[in-house]
Amino acid sequence: MRVDGGMSESGDARSFAAAFTSALLMPDRPAPAVVAGPSGKAAVKRYGVYRNNVTVSLINALAAVFPATQRITGSDFFREMARQHVRATPPTSPLLFEYGRDFPGFIEHYEHAKSLPWLADIARIERAWLDAYHAADADPLALATLAAIPPERLMDVNFVAHPATRIARSRYSALTIFSANRLDQPVSQIDASASEDTLITRPGLEVMARRLPPGGATFLIGLIAGESLGAAASAALDEAGAAFDLGGNIAGMIDAGVFVGVSEGSHDVD
Amino acid sequence: MNTRATVTTALLASAISAALASAAMAGPLTDGEMKAAMDAGKEKCYGVSLAGLNDCAAGPGTTCQGTSTVDFQGNAWALVPGGTCATIVVPGGRTGSLEPLTRDLPA
Repeated sequence: MRVDGGMSESGDARSFAAAFTSALLMPDRPAPAVVAGPSGKAAVKRYGVYRNNVTVSLINALAAVFPATQRITGSDFFREMARQHVRATPPTSPLLFEYGRDFPGFIEHYEHAKSLPWLADIARIERAWLDAYHAADADPLALATLAAIPPERLMDVNFVAHPATRIARSRYSALTIFSANRLDQPVSQIDASASEDTLITRPGLEVMARRLPPGGATFLIGLIAGESLGAAASAALDEAGAAFDLGGNIAGMIDAGVFVGVSEGSHDVD
Repeated sequence: MNTRATVTTALLASAISAALASAAMAGPLTDGEMKAAMDAGKEKCYGVSLAGLNDCAAGPGTTCQGTSTVDFQGNAWALVPGGTCATIVVPGGRTGSLEPLTRDLPA
């Protein structure tokens, strides 16, 4: 039995694809020789149409994922920044809603966005928002489940994060800026200097973004990483001191649907 | 016990009791309530929640919109942010907007 026939066919397909895509994101490159019209003439214009549509659709994809970022910078600036990102980092998945995970990092180092040091943090919230939107559905942990745990075991309780839960920390007022620019209303002056940590969850069908209180991000990041309740609370107290309100944080995390379950030792409780 | 003395079993138990007592927390706010709360500088624990902003936006690739747009290369003006960034103030009184450089112009 010959197996190399199939291999070479898929090899041909792969090399055709590689040749076809080689110049897609590089407008200065000529159309690849493998793209030809019926008479064998180079299909420069047809390839140009394809190349244009690839770039435009990827820029549009970024604009759809990052609407507040675009509103902040204006369309011309955003599309130029997006174009450069598309060329530097084309998508690796055929699913367009997966695109843009590297865009916030790109913005952080984008030369022309240096005067907008908070912009990358806004983009991080926007990407987290869409991830939460598409995350698996799950029923959040009920406070009654937590309250039913015997007090002597509370210290060592671990939590299981909801698939939609995301946390975005910022040295700037990222959530305030994000909120103002996602709402369909005029934006008044915003002081960007207050640090804000944002919690993004989707306990039901709607994504929610909330500002975390002092120590809240450290507390939740610890719990999500698998630290025990005692250890995470201790780390949050170390960071925020008396400003860390443990009861308020527990009520808030249950209300926001950050977790789906708890486990204490070998007993798992959903 | 492997955690620090500042967190005790009693503290955790009372925190969960406090959480139970405050469990009747308000649900997500509407856009209008959200804006009013933000304008008034009101905060509740875990901030003001912002919900339901992209009911119709499942992200790109979920519509059948054609791409007849032509991708024009940006010029220098495209490198200057022109949206709402001028309303966002950073310490030192600078706003986010980048003014085109004028200092090299002849006086």
